[in-house]
Amino acid sequence: MWFSLARRLGSLLVVMFLVATMVFFLTRLAPGDPAAIMLGDQATPADVERLRAVYGLDKPVLVQYVLWLKEVVQGNLGQSIFLQRPVTTALAERVEPTFFLTLFSIVIATLIGVPAGIASAVWRGRAVDQVVSALAMLAANIPSFWLGLIFIQFFAVRLGLFPVAGYGDPGASLAERLTHLVLPAAVLGIVNSALITRFTRASMLDVLGDDYVRTARSKGVPETGIVLRHAFRNALVPIVTVIGLTIALLVGGAIVTETVFGLPGIGNLVVSAVLRRDYPVIQGALIAVAALYVLINLAVDLIYTLVDPRVRT
Amino acid sequence: MASPTVAFLKRLFRRKLVLAAACVLLVFVLAALFAPWVAPYDPGALRVIRRLKPPSELNWLGTDEFGRDVLSRIVYGARASLGIGAAVVAISIAAGSAIGLTAGYFRRLDPPIMRMVDAVMALPDILLAIFLVAILGSSIFNVVFALAIVYTPRVVRVVRASALVVREQQFVEAARAIGASTPRILFRHILMNVTSPVLVQATFIFAYAVLAEAGLSFLGAGVPPEVPTWGEMIASAQQYADQAFWVVLFPGLAIVLAALSLQVVGDGLRDQLDPKLRKAL
Repeated sequence: MWFSLARRLGSLLVVMFLVATMVFFLTRLAPGDPAAIMLGDQATPADVERLRAVYGLDKPVLVQYVLWLKEVVQGNLGQSIFLQRPVTTALAERVEPTFFLTLFSIVIATLIGVPAGIASAVWRGRAVDQVVSALAMLAANIPSFWLGLIFIQFFAVRLGLFPVAGYGDPGASLAERLTHLVLPAAVLGIVNSALITRFTRASMLDVLGDDYVRTARSKGVPETGIVLRHAFRNALVPIVTVIGLTIALLVGGAIVTETVFGLPGIGNLVVSAVLRRDYPVIQGALIAVAALYVLINLAVDLIYTLVDPRVRT
Repeated sequence: MASPTVAFLKRLFRRKLVLAAACVLLVFVLAALFAPWVAPYDPGALRVIRRLKPPSELNWLGTDEFGRDVLSRIVYGARASLGIGAAVVAISIAAGSAIGLTAGYFRRLDPPIMRMVDAVMALPDILLAIFLVAILGSSIFNVVFALAIVYTPRVVRVVRASALVVREQQFVEAARAIGASTPRILFRHILMNVTSPVLVQATFIFAYAVLAEAGLSFLGAGVPPEVPTWGEMIASAQQYADQAFWVVLFPGLAIVLAALSLQVVGDGLRDQLDPKLRKAL
């Protein structure tokens, strides 16, 4: 097990190195001199030259790359051009809404997906199954930004149940900030419940046909006990995997949803950085998100080994 | 006797839902192809006196904030949205198949290629796409290129997985034994045997690409704003949503219908082409 863990960590580092390399060189493809962009229209060529020297932009690209990589490895993602602060600080300031949004969304997606998937599998082929499958298919194909706008119209503007947008006034209490996350989390949760539903259904169908389920049934174990105690526990491994995968997907989905709901999260930071061509922020955010993604995948693999002893060998 | 294709289509469309989805797609494709004849108005024609009018006999789906006909813009939007989707599918299938075959067939090249694939897939679809469009500049071509880069790794994974299996089969060994060249083995024997999963993947990528393009346009990082797309329609009209729900509702329904139909057809294809998966998903 330790060997396979070490191997996974190794390939994780390789992937992160490749992501960083890709991000660096792709950014260099962008038109325009970063120093000129930073200084704006009124800068003189001498100013631009000076700034190029400060940021090492006058050195060959490969040297720049090595220097940049050295900083990234030490956790320094550079300075934001527009925000006048280190990228890591900018990311840290924006992490709270994104973190809670992702957390609430995955809870909602799981609370919808797992029971729906179980019901769908237990009553396979019946009306419940058909309705659940149809809804899951629909949910997977709704653009989250559109559902967000409709939810805002209905629940916030018409019914006035939730705030329309934003993350509360500066200095708002945590509870008040979190009420701003209810609608966006509902949107992301619903859209992302589809995958969990389908996997739960498939995984349950797989185990419901197994011998020990038949044995339990012939012993006279009540149906609820069979489904929840015997079948569900054994169906858990793929479900845990898909929940982990969904968390990784949510990080991407959060970008669009945050924009719709005006949440000052990482997604919002990235979108405004893209529109302003604030390359250090884009690079930093991409690397941070990729790191999060591979770490979630690693965590899922570890949970896998904990839940299912057969994987350990 | 019916040809295998006809027989296959008959089996595919026996499920009414798949048939309905295919019909919806056909309507969208025809609308996109014949937009100038189908659309009741010029999609860019401004009639400010008729701005934000609800659906009526004159404008079936209402008008937007500039008095433009929503239905006409949806019809023209189908051009951009489906055109971009189709181009993304074509490029990512071609590139993904070539790379996937290489990875699956040549053992030495497999690890480096797959690590690259992992690296690209470590970035969320939409994030990588807006990054690429930001670098390349916003144009239809660049959106296609960016989304093709995003979805090629999926094809690589599918083709590689199938190629790994097919490579070990006896008919490939036999082909090698009678002296078939490597390209011939790759294209004639292996590629032909991985077409089913690739075809299924193509419909799903089409659906993802339609959704992703809409997302990009919505974020303002997609095609230039003068091109009507479904995502851009929603983005530009969102501030009027409380006065005129139709400006947001109908373009969104178009996205949902198109993506949903593609998924349903993809599911139907998978059920027919890969009986092993039929039970599971």
